[in-house]
Amino acid sequence: MSRNISRERDFDADDDSPAGRPGGGGGGGRPGGRGRMRRRKVCRFCVDKVDIIDYKDVRLLQGFIPERGKILPRRISGVCTPHQRMLAEAIKRARNIALLPYTAD
Amino acid sequence: MAEKRVYEVIFIVDPDTPEDEATRLSENFSHIVTDQGGTVTRNEVMGRRQLAYRIGRKTEGVYHLFEVEGTGREIAELERRMRVSDQVIRYLTVRVDEERRRAEKLRERRARKASKGPHAAAAAAAGGGRGPAPQPPADDDEA
Repeated sequence: MSRNISRERDFDADDDSPAGRPGGGGGGGRPGGRGRMRRRKVCRFCVDKVDIIDYKDVRLLQGFIPERGKILPRRISGVCTPHQRMLAEAIKRARNIALLPYTAD
Repeated sequence: MAEKRVYEVIFIVDPDTPEDEATRLSENFSHIVTDQGGTVTRNEVMGRRQLAYRIGRKTEGVYHLFEVEGTGREIAELERRMRVSDQVIRYLTVRVDEERRRAEKLRERRARKASKGPHAAAAAAAGGGRGPAPQPPADDDEA
């Protein structure tokens, strides 16, 4: 059930490595793989070699806040931990100066 | 202590203030910085923008960006002035020098790695363990 939901919300459009899940991970993993294969998500900031995530770059940040205005979790976006940290910081700064909303009203 | 700190100060000016007054304001701020011994390395108007949420009945604002080099004392003064000013509806100061230095280092490391190429291991062995030769940072776009 929960697997279906997370698949639907797979935001990460720009990775095309069709690698399946590495074996042995989690209870749900099945080697034969019914249905569609899960893509391994790659951090897009690592791919683009981004060292600084600018809080003024609203266009970029907007991609990581769904309608509700919350910060998109990395389990969905596939962003790596260091970059997620930078991203979260940038989003919070942007909110402070009204470039991004705290909540969707 | 010797090194300069770099700050980015972004502030939102009330959209109802006339343009000449807004420029006067920003000039004023830049004088405050220089009076305190800092330098304004960048002073730009990012333009009028819809606010993501209302701030004191305003739905719009004019964004200004300063980049200030200094010790931090001028930031204190600048922030005090902005807090008092009615035209400034919001401001944010971010210290950026440390972040930039870190990014610079990462980029250098990447450049070094790239220039060494796939035969790095063999070259290192031939070099007799002297370690990688210091190399100037390749193709840096400024800042």
